[in-house]
Amino acid sequence: MAHFKRSLGIGLWFMFLTLPLMVVRVNTISREVEWRWYNLAWAGLCAFVIAWFWQFSIERRTARRAQVAANPHPAVEKLSLVQRLADDPVLSRRLLAVAAVVAIIFPWLVSTGQNFYHVNVMVSALIFVVLGLGLNITVGLAGLLDLGYIAFFAVGAYTYALLSKNFDLGFWTCLPLGGLMSMLFGVILGFPILRLRGDYLAIVTLGFASITKIVLENWDTLFGGAAGIANIPRPEFFGMALDSRQKSVYTYYIVLALVAVTIFVTNRLKNSRAGRAWMALREDEIASVAMGVDMARTKLSAYALGAFWAGLVGVVFAAHNNFINPDSFTFMDSAMILAMVVLGGMGSILGVIIAALALKLLPEYLRAFAEYRMLVFGAVMVLMMIFRPQGLINNMRRKYEYDTAQGGKDNGGN
Amino acid sequence: MAATKGEKLLEVSGLSMDFGGLRAIDNIGFELFAGEIVALIGPNGAGKTTVFNCITGIYEPTMGDVTIHPPGGTCRRINGMKPNSITSLGMARTFQNIRLFPAMTVLENVMIGRHCRTGSTIIDAILSSRRSRREEKETVDKSYRLLQKVGLADVADEFSRNLSYGAQRRLEIARALATDPFLLLLDEPAAGMNPQETHELDELIVRIRAEEQVAILLIEHDMKLVMNISDRIYVMEYGKEIAQGTPREIKENPKVIEAYLGEEVHA
Repeated sequence: MAHFKRSLGIGLWFMFLTLPLMVVRVNTISREVEWRWYNLAWAGLCAFVIAWFWQFSIERRTARRAQVAANPHPAVEKLSLVQRLADDPVLSRRLLAVAAVVAIIFPWLVSTGQNFYHVNVMVSALIFVVLGLGLNITVGLAGLLDLGYIAFFAVGAYTYALLSKNFDLGFWTCLPLGGLMSMLFGVILGFPILRLRGDYLAIVTLGFASITKIVLENWDTLFGGAAGIANIPRPEFFGMALDSRQKSVYTYYIVLALVAVTIFVTNRLKNSRAGRAWMALREDEIASVAMGVDMARTKLSAYALGAFWAGLVGVVFAAHNNFINPDSFTFMDSAMILAMVVLGGMGSILGVIIAALALKLLPEYLRAFAEYRMLVFGAVMVLMMIFRPQGLINNMRRKYEYDTAQGGKDNGGN
Repeated sequence: MAATKGEKLLEVSGLSMDFGGLRAIDNIGFELFAGEIVALIGPNGAGKTTVFNCITGIYEPTMGDVTIHPPGGTCRRINGMKPNSITSLGMARTFQNIRLFPAMTVLENVMIGRHCRTGSTIIDAILSSRRSRREEKETVDKSYRLLQKVGLADVADEFSRNLSYGAQRRLEIARALATDPFLLLLDEPAAGMNPQETHELDELIVRIRAEEQVAILLIEHDMKLVMNISDRIYVMEYGKEIAQGTPREIKENPKVIEAYLGEEVHA
């Protein structure tokens, strides 16, 4: 009841606040004042519902916190759905198989001879999935906040564009070259910032991205300036001529394969010696160094590997679009990729994939609401940070198999 | 790694450390032999942790020499070396204010200690090479065994941030032991523990020395613990070394009583 009263108050307050803006309109032609009272009703109703839901959520969260505080070590731990799925290898493998099959037949489901719009949309979305997973290595696993990740993407894209234009190199030759080039840039950038942490690191990476963009925009002779580079060849397929739909579908499969490889590699790395060192560095730098982790090597490897994926997928991006210019590599894109990692849950592969698809596909299909895009985006960010700061999916703890029988019988502790 | 008893492991001489104009430690020298438990005591701010930081490479000392003699290895001067290199030479430490990896499991915390004793690369991990698989298994087994030793085996899959204070301290010891040290440096291991936990820690330290064949250098304020387990004690005050000797000698040293123990010893 208290909630009801409060929500009612908030609703009325909002009706009052929005009165001049939403209700009164002067028709300048007929010179009379229009009173749009129905807008007032809408504002009040929406504010009321949102306020009620808000209070309900806050209360639920407080209750859950109190419960955790009262009993920090429950006998039967409540596991999240995802954790339970991950603990059940048969079920998770089946789900994975279904997802793979859907992904593979997707182009044949949604595209016909002329219409392959959905395939193209999906290609852009999957490119961002790879970017998200790549940044997830740097930010999610190693904890190195990178605000200029898009620069590595640009390095990959321009590597392919320039090599194919000037040296006539094909897509498949340039794919690894683009990745390696980005990796090189990652290491070059990594060296001077090894000592930096947190905010300082973020600023430097931001600067690096700006420098990259400015160089691309102003060095006309080499990079084509603001006009960019056009007529970038599409991926070739054993010298066969493909029509434009086939080209899109082909690119789709290339990106899909890249996504699969990224998932596979990230998954392997997460539970390896290198992955653990990254996480330790993220958790406590001094402690991990004191435990024998080489900080310089570990940080550089995280940077280089994150950059590598951006470079690879940059090549695909250039090939898919036929045309690149510096406008595709703005700070907004960096922020978007970072948002994918944060919203999805730092270090969580599934979470990042879901967030990347959502953040790329929703704006594409909700073009009718394009004006409200940033508004909704901001609201979602705020809500997520309040109610689920750890992201959509928690980074799950990994359980190792160990032999409990051997040794330790002599332990005198509890 | 087993060292014969009485062999010299660590030698510190003329060690000084300046922070700007402040001399935090001044001309400190001590030695440590295999199989010993040596305590470093002194009032707050005496510079004990600074000594630790100089030995383990967190700071580079302004003057002096830190030389280690790894059992079966050649002796080396280690000032100015990186902390991770020093750890891989065989010295491991714990921290006064606990520094675990909170969002990693208890087992993973210990597994980090094995990092410098294993060598799988990123490529090994991606291909899941034979080397990587063998090392992973060894790492897990060895880490689990260490958890059993410090009595944390049943919480191996918990996040380390969820452990009690005393358990976190023991986990730090297990993590340090995972680096296969010949010398273990414990920085106030009993801080914040209740008498029962301190007593258990006392037994644990003595047992670790026997089973893992490590020498132990410890900083501690709990006098009962120090007097119980240490073979020798060095006392510091205002960055200077004011006394050294067996627990009995230290208890009776008038300088120490004046500087540090006060009237309590006689009470």
